[in-house]
Amino acid sequence: MSDARVAAFRDLPADELARRRAAVRVLVITGLGLNCEVETAEAFRLVGATPEKVHFLDLLGGVAPRRLSDYPIVAFPGGFAFGDHLGAGFVFANKIRWRLYDELVDFIGGGGLALGICNGFQTMTRLGVLPGLDGDYRTPRATIAPNDRLGYWDCWVRLAFDPQSPCVWTRGLAPVDLPSRHGEGKVLLESEELLDRLEAAGQVAARYVDTAGRPTQQWPANPNGSPRAVAGVCDPSGRLFGLMPHPDAFLYPFQHPQWFRRRARGEELPAEGGGLAIFRNGVDWAAASDPSG
Amino acid sequence: MASSPAQTAVHRIEIGVRPEHRDARGEHVAAQAREFLHVPVERVRTRDVYHLEMALSAEELDRVVEELADPIRQEAAVGRLEGEPFDVAVRVAFKPGVADPVGKSALVAVRDTLGRDLDEGAAVYTSTLYLLDGVDRAEAERVALELVANPIIQTVSVATAAEWRATTPDLAVPRVESHEAPAARRIDLSGTDEELERLSREGLLALALPELHAIRDHFRRAGETERRRSAGLGGDPTDVELECLAQTWSEHCKHKIFNATIDYREGAGEPERIRSLFSTYIRRVTEELAREQEERDGASWLVSVFHDNAGVVTFDEEIHLVYKVETHNSPSALDPYGGAITGIVGVNRDPFGTGRGADLLVNVWGYCFASPLWDRPLPKGLLHPKRIRDGVHWGVIDGGNQSGVPYGRGWELFDHRFLGKPLVFCGTVGALPVTIAGRPGERKAAAPGDAVVMVGGRIGADGIHGATFSSAALEESSPSQAVQIGDPITQKMMFDFLLEARDRGLYSAITDNGAGGLSSSVGEMAETPGGARLDLARAPLKYAGLAPWEIFLSEAQERMTLAVPGEHLDELLALAGRRQVEATVLGSFTDDGFLHVTHGEETVALLDMEFLHDGLPEMVLPARWETPRFDEPDERTADPGRTLVELVGRLNLASDETLARHYDHEVKGLAVVQPWTGVQADVPAEATVFLARHGSLRGLVLSEGVNPFLSDLDAGAMAASVVDLAVRRQLCAGARLDRIAALDNFCWPDPVLSAGTPDGDLKLAQLVRACRRLYATCRAYGVPLVSGKDSMKNEAVLGGVKICVPPTLLVSALGQIDDVRDAITLDLKSPGDVLYLAGTSDSHTGGSEYYRLLGERDGREPEGGGPAPYVGTRPPELDPSATLPLYRAFHAAVRAGLVRSASAPALGGLGVSLARTCLAGRLGATIDLAACPGAARLEDDVALFAESNGRLLFSVAAQDATALEELFDGLPLGRVGTVRAEPTLAIHRGDREVLTVGLDALLESFKGGLAHA
Repeated sequence: MSDARVAAFRDLPADELARRRAAVRVLVITGLGLNCEVETAEAFRLVGATPEKVHFLDLLGGVAPRRLSDYPIVAFPGGFAFGDHLGAGFVFANKIRWRLYDELVDFIGGGGLALGICNGFQTMTRLGVLPGLDGDYRTPRATIAPNDRLGYWDCWVRLAFDPQSPCVWTRGLAPVDLPSRHGEGKVLLESEELLDRLEAAGQVAARYVDTAGRPTQQWPANPNGSPRAVAGVCDPSGRLFGLMPHPDAFLYPFQHPQWFRRRARGEELPAEGGGLAIFRNGVDWAAASDPSG
Repeated sequence: MASSPAQTAVHRIEIGVRPEHRDARGEHVAAQAREFLHVPVERVRTRDVYHLEMALSAEELDRVVEELADPIRQEAAVGRLEGEPFDVAVRVAFKPGVADPVGKSALVAVRDTLGRDLDEGAAVYTSTLYLLDGVDRAEAERVALELVANPIIQTVSVATAAEWRATTPDLAVPRVESHEAPAARRIDLSGTDEELERLSREGLLALALPELHAIRDHFRRAGETERRRSAGLGGDPTDVELECLAQTWSEHCKHKIFNATIDYREGAGEPERIRSLFSTYIRRVTEELAREQEERDGASWLVSVFHDNAGVVTFDEEIHLVYKVETHNSPSALDPYGGAITGIVGVNRDPFGTGRGADLLVNVWGYCFASPLWDRPLPKGLLHPKRIRDGVHWGVIDGGNQSGVPYGRGWELFDHRFLGKPLVFCGTVGALPVTIAGRPGERKAAAPGDAVVMVGGRIGADGIHGATFSSAALEESSPSQAVQIGDPITQKMMFDFLLEARDRGLYSAITDNGAGGLSSSVGEMAETPGGARLDLARAPLKYAGLAPWEIFLSEAQERMTLAVPGEHLDELLALAGRRQVEATVLGSFTDDGFLHVTHGEETVALLDMEFLHDGLPEMVLPARWETPRFDEPDERTADPGRTLVELVGRLNLASDETLARHYDHEVKGLAVVQPWTGVQADVPAEATVFLARHGSLRGLVLSEGVNPFLSDLDAGAMAASVVDLAVRRQLCAGARLDRIAALDNFCWPDPVLSAGTPDGDLKLAQLVRACRRLYATCRAYGVPLVSGKDSMKNEAVLGGVKICVPPTLLVSALGQIDDVRDAITLDLKSPGDVLYLAGTSDSHTGGSEYYRLLGERDGREPEGGGPAPYVGTRPPELDPSATLPLYRAFHAAVRAGLVRSASAPALGGLGVSLARTCLAGRLGATIDLAACPGAARLEDDVALFAESNGRLLFSVAAQDATALEELFDGLPLGRVGTVRAEPTLAIHRGDREVLTVGLDALLESFKGGLAHA
């Protein structure tokens, strides 16, 4: 599918647009120590989709009303699944690997979209779903290591998006400030060559940048020491995307750490928080490609 | 070993970081060892060690090893991991019975990996191995004991490389050996008073003689009854009964001092009798305010106060707000990390256990420590203040972050008197749905016949005697079992389950298992129906061997107690099963007036509910006030510029951002004014603003006031000042004046006159004075006290020396703002803006940070357990009839959109307030002291650094100056200066220069003060 199709979708009349977006059901996984499900669901709701929070154990047990493959989008929210004991996302990813992997790979093969934020990104990476090279979504080729400066750290960072990236979630986005909140965010590939390959393929969809917009290794703009300022990674199809910073915590314009200074300068605040554009991209992609729409 | 495919055994797995990758944890330990212990360690590498106690085939073990390690970054082996050489190995493992959450998660991973159930008793035990280069054995021991391990909860083994190689891998695991459970015992209370007191002391019961007499007499009478006889009980209490009474009647739970009758006298004056400080001052102010509003508006905005785990106030049509602040001082002194993490996850359960359960919104924390730069000998039994500080921070950091609750306020104060006992305040704001399952959310009532259901973690010996222990002074022999370690993930999973059960209306009441465990939660819930019957043998245990009283009293964490109506019981238990949360029916609520506890068939307690809750004899205590005398400094400063630079970098005023940013402050996506603000977001906000839910612009505002230093002169002035400060900070954030609720947390040294506490009457007089001014100030400002807590034995006897904390009252304010987009921050906004100071400055230098700075400059030492010089003579005063009109005018200016920045001068006075507003905006200012109301009578340094209450420093755009001044017509308002682009704070008086300092010097000092702490 092309950007043109999304653009055409966005040109639909407002009520048609709203109807088509609302038809996009988003599975937001909850439970087991995840804790950003409310704001992640709210983000999808604010861009017009229909999020459904489902406890992971209900998904596993088949108790949930729908299965993974019934959704066009799955969101792995932030949090501390199993306390990140043994490593960020480890125990949760392990549960998926042994209990839900085939369904997940089917979902991906069926054209599903996935967004992993922070703990969700760590989990997707630990599974091998990201970077998902050569159609292999089962072999981990990367890891997300402890920050160079030890410990969880909460500060705002600026992200720039690779305009050449196939990532459907970040297409056409200008740089955005987002809160970064993690203790393990340093993205390490199996090898230097693999990182070269990822960059060449546009799979490094998001990078930490300095105030001049250049990728940076400087702390705290790059909060974890991630080589080549990698902040977010997509799979080759661009439908699966994970990132460390939290677009789900910048839903409203008055959440930016400088919003009151802009107000004081007489600037009008933007209509929405800078994080929402990422969610809208994913939802519109799914809506535009829904044949039933 | 036999060759059967699977056999129970201990398998040791070691996981390390591959040499080509950084070991950030090892680097951190090495840096800390060099910087703080001055141990010349060259390198530290770390390994995670897992002892799996379970039957595994060789193939299964391989699979587990592969799953536990990260293939990209780590290497793993069964047994030991071969690697580069090292000098000394330090292994740190938990002692038996200490919570090991990582081991618990690892067990989940093993089970998932194998795809089969494990044997009953299968367990994973974790430990950490530190491989040190460049140190000898003794140095490694120091790193172990002074940096990475705490012998109260952990075992440490140290081996040189040669010793290490000469041994085989250690396969011992800290399993709690099961043994047969002791039965309940009868306790003979027929002895002499001395024997009774010894029984109380040695049994950690913390019961006073009159209380022991009351218990003895009650059971003698009860022993005659048919009910007691037919239960096989006589005229002596069982250990279960005595322990239950001791904890229910503990200071921690019953607030005996706050409910005592007090004879208060000032100097040689006539004594005045006060019946209960709580009723006379705290409860009264809230009730008077509620009644006043009911008469005026028809209804009060207070939803539920004084009878639940936390107070509840109106917020909007969908949710009420709930707020509670607790302290966890004694456990944090023994095991800073474990004590503090338990503090934060424990206080989370208060709003969660209020009404039928509130969603958690925001945490707050505040700590009082001795200086982390302490460089003198420490009394035996004490941890270094730096270790306490770091451990407390990391406990609350992990507890809050892993629970997914942001922090909204955080502060630290330092004084040498917190060496013996740190104060660790943790609090949580919750959102209680106005309606839950069709009924008001705040209503909770167990009915006779409802099942008593315990939910969450299992019971172990952890935390036994926590309530009675915290009601006693810390001594060298303080017990390690008083330490619990909270596990936020277990609690989070329990909360997720309970929220579902709540919204389906599956239970009629909920409360937390905190101090006193089941005895407290069931005892409290049973008050409404009028009794309960439960069987302790049904309670799920971590390990066998607990006596009935231990099961009843255990403070093992992450547990809530529910009252579940019969028609919902199956659904509740089924939902718990699906969520993999343990829920156990222990018995049922009754209306026979008794708390009837069995262990299997045997009755182990049969307690009259009325005696349990109302049988406590009232105390009569003396309080005597003498005005203290302290020195004024001989000479004051000649260089206010240098003084201001030094002040902003003092421990009490310096930035602690390098620790505070480890706490999440944005999870839930509701933060609007964050804890760190300004152009570079590096100056602490004086109040923070959060949305309470998505889909509404109404906000909650958090601030606090705390200033133990003022208590040295007058705890009454202290109390008035901290209420005023909390309120001013609310106003400076844009909060409404008529929707501020406050919590009172008292942390006092023992105020009961005794041989060991000869000045108990003075300390009680300080408490009386604090309560009076708390009442008067809250009454005047219209601020109800909706929750509170007191902690009354904050002192330590170490090496024969008693160190008492200064009387400390934390007032935590919860305010509201109609639209968060109207929030104000403290940073100066634009050059050309006009700066105003509202309120009168006076010579309130007593107890000021400025005077302590002068004392240090003069090399003055505290005398005995006394305060740091200089204390001075004049604490800040407060006249609400003068300040209220100002606050109303200021709020009108906020509503009119005139105020562009605002700050409440407090510690460090006007000078520090100016410095911080400049730093936050990275803008300069020129200030004329002559324009400050009241300053004409004051010398420059006093005008700048005295800590007068009732003042507001704020800026407005130049074109709004006239409109602003009209609002303040007739009030003390000074147009004191102008905001400048030039990064300099220049203060003059008329034509005379007072000081000129660059922002760079202020910033360096502000960021440097705690940088190496």
